[in-house]
Amino acid sequence: MTIDLPTIWAGIIGLGVFLYVLLDGFDLGIGLLFPFFDREGEREVMLNTVAPVWDGNETWLVFGGACLYGVFPLAYSTLLPAVYLPVIGMLCGLIFRGVAFEIRPKARRTQNLWDLAFILGSGAATFCQGVILGTLLQGIRVVDGRFAGEPFGWVAPFPVFCGLGLLVTYATLGCGWLVMKTDGELQRRMRLLLKPSSVALLAIIGSVSLWTVLGQPAVAHRWFAGHNFIYFAPVPLLVLACVIGIFRSGDRGHEARAFILMEAIIFLGYSGLLISIFPNIVPPSLSIWAAAAPRSSQIFVLVGVVIILPIILGYTVLSYWVFRGKVRHGEGYH
Amino acid sequence: MPETSDVLGLARLQFAFTISAHIIFPAISIGLANYLAVLEALWLRTGKPVYRQLFFFWSKIFAVGFGMGVVSGVVMSYEFGANWAGFSRVAGSVNGPLLTYEVLTAFFLEAGFLGIMLFGWQRVGARLHFLATLLVAVGTLFSAFWILASNSWMQTPQGFHIVDGRVVPLDWLKIVFNPSFPFRLVHMSLAAFLVAATIVAGCAAWHLLNGRSGAGVTRSFSMAVGMILVAAPIQMIAGDMHGLNTLEHQPAKIAAIEGLWETEKGGTSLNLVGWPDMREERTRYAISVPHLGSLILTHTWSGEIRGLKEFAPEDRPDSTIVFWSFRVMVGMGLLMALLGVLGLALRWRNRLYDTRWYQRFALAMGPSGLIALLAGWITTEVGRQPWVVYGVLRTADAVSPLSAQQVGTSLLIFIIVYFLVFGTGAYYMLKLMAKGPDVGEPVADPPGDRGGSIVPFDRRPLSRAADPIDE
Repeated sequence: MTIDLPTIWAGIIGLGVFLYVLLDGFDLGIGLLFPFFDREGEREVMLNTVAPVWDGNETWLVFGGACLYGVFPLAYSTLLPAVYLPVIGMLCGLIFRGVAFEIRPKARRTQNLWDLAFILGSGAATFCQGVILGTLLQGIRVVDGRFAGEPFGWVAPFPVFCGLGLLVTYATLGCGWLVMKTDGELQRRMRLLLKPSSVALLAIIGSVSLWTVLGQPAVAHRWFAGHNFIYFAPVPLLVLACVIGIFRSGDRGHEARAFILMEAIIFLGYSGLLISIFPNIVPPSLSIWAAAAPRSSQIFVLVGVVIILPIILGYTVLSYWVFRGKVRHGEGYH
Repeated sequence: MPETSDVLGLARLQFAFTISAHIIFPAISIGLANYLAVLEALWLRTGKPVYRQLFFFWSKIFAVGFGMGVVSGVVMSYEFGANWAGFSRVAGSVNGPLLTYEVLTAFFLEAGFLGIMLFGWQRVGARLHFLATLLVAVGTLFSAFWILASNSWMQTPQGFHIVDGRVVPLDWLKIVFNPSFPFRLVHMSLAAFLVAATIVAGCAAWHLLNGRSGAGVTRSFSMAVGMILVAAPIQMIAGDMHGLNTLEHQPAKIAAIEGLWETEKGGTSLNLVGWPDMREERTRYAISVPHLGSLILTHTWSGEIRGLKEFAPEDRPDSTIVFWSFRVMVGMGLLMALLGVLGLALRWRNRLYDTRWYQRFALAMGPSGLIALLAGWITTEVGRQPWVVYGVLRTADAVSPLSAQQVGTSLLIFIIVYFLVFGTGAYYMLKLMAKGPDVGEPVADPPGDRGGSIVPFDRRPLSRAADPIDE
């Protein structure tokens, strides 16, 4: 049996994108929660919980994008024109947010302005990511390896719903993260948000699932044909179990549990999406094999990734380990 | 389709705008990273505190520039897919992997050595710290290596064949080490060094003019004009060799640069100034020197250079633009060489630090490295037109199937965002420079910082500078 390079690559890029959602999700969520928390020192604490890690989180987006370009150029050159303005919006949102993150602690008179840039940047980046995901799931018309759909195909109920849904998802993750990383009054107020936001998360995952199953026969076929549903049933069942777990995480103690369960839900939701579209990389018609670059390109990049990826992973784990524990007001990181 | 040309024009304008804004920061990073390595080596060797002081001062400015370069670079990589889908589809199999290697290189740097260099002064030994600085300096050049390999391959492609209209790589060594790559790498590295040297000289000159002549100011002034004295002439030689290489592989580019329309027999003259007119196929108001073109471009008295008329009109680059962008670059280079030579003369007479006209000259030359860099890139990129991959893929066939409204909207958004964001970044860098290297700052990290944590390596570059931005 020969090794199937495109499958390996789909795994690597899938991992990169998953890590991006897992890690940058909660730190974008902090920007989404920002407008509602404005008491003395609260915003500083919220920022300080992610200050050591936020840019490392974003590198996964660059990693995923670069690998996609290098290994699946046809996916890259059909997906990006299809979601042209959302991609631009996401990049500009991330630029604003990143610079605001760094400049805010250095600003005195203009701090409110940088707060606003941080909030709007986080919101725009999240919403646009949701729209991109929704457009991809909805399907992109590709003819002769070229994007052949409507330029504003993403302006449709489903992608916009995914954009709004991702706002709720990331805000929920941010909430869980802050329950874990803070204490006192800020933590108490975050805890109040946990239950309603996880119910909302469940509702969104349910709606997206139903919408794709009902709207796309191919997805329905994948999940329900033959005995498939028996194999895939654990995914929705585990999501339910996680939500119950969050509800039972109680009012004190178990401070990391809610966050871990939320990330588990994200993993399950992500798996569900992959089940729906694999082996397509740009549904409904472009498969990983059709989109792949020539073999020599795939091998050339694989050499670099095999060397560098473990280093980045190790460094990521180490920095989270070093910065474990609570962040309190006045214990500035900057 | 009349709209296609609008989309093409807007997409090209957008690429020109975003890459011009981007390249400023990596050029500063490459130049300053190498300057910092020299400063630290000198400090380790001599133990003179002035070198450590300069290291701390410039490392803050380097950090801000590095951060801006990373952020603006992300946009570039996504632009290849969004605006240039045809390019990604046809040539993504070569350019994609090269850019992926650049990303991996940058990751590797950020993951480790950059943090030690910027924040590890008190936490690791002097030798390890110097090693980190050195690796960051080499690493910035490695980033440039991949980007320039990719760009050079687009200029002088080789090592591939075409299957079903798409590029299939055959020999990666040939692809990376394509004919124009070594020249471009040397030319660009020297350009980055000159960018840093002119900025450091301009900054020191400004402080000298304002009556601040502490050790940090005078030392950096002396080092910078010394560097310019050495690097500017070497850059001219490198540029000359790059020109010969271009004449061999991209003769239309050379003809456009020189505003040369006819293939002159028995020796080619050189247009010093003039206005190439693409429609009338002649260079108006030309002042030319006989035989100088042959002398410079072929190093012979009567070497022949093919004029633009030998190329079909649809294969000609815009001579009006590259004629002048090239002359701006060369003019800046000559002025830099003058700055270096005058500095040597003043040093000879012990007047380097108290000659005000020279300091004003050095201050005015502060941005000259960046101007020359941008002018040079405009020359080589516009000179490659109408091809995006020379002789393989036309720029018009590389653009995405987008509407003019979409590309126009995104261009507008980019212009607003870039001016706000990178304007702020550039302003902050200038503000840091205005403080001067001799203003007392605790040389090491503040004690008790991060509660004695031992991992130095994951702080973001921008947090290196702690000075307020709006006071």
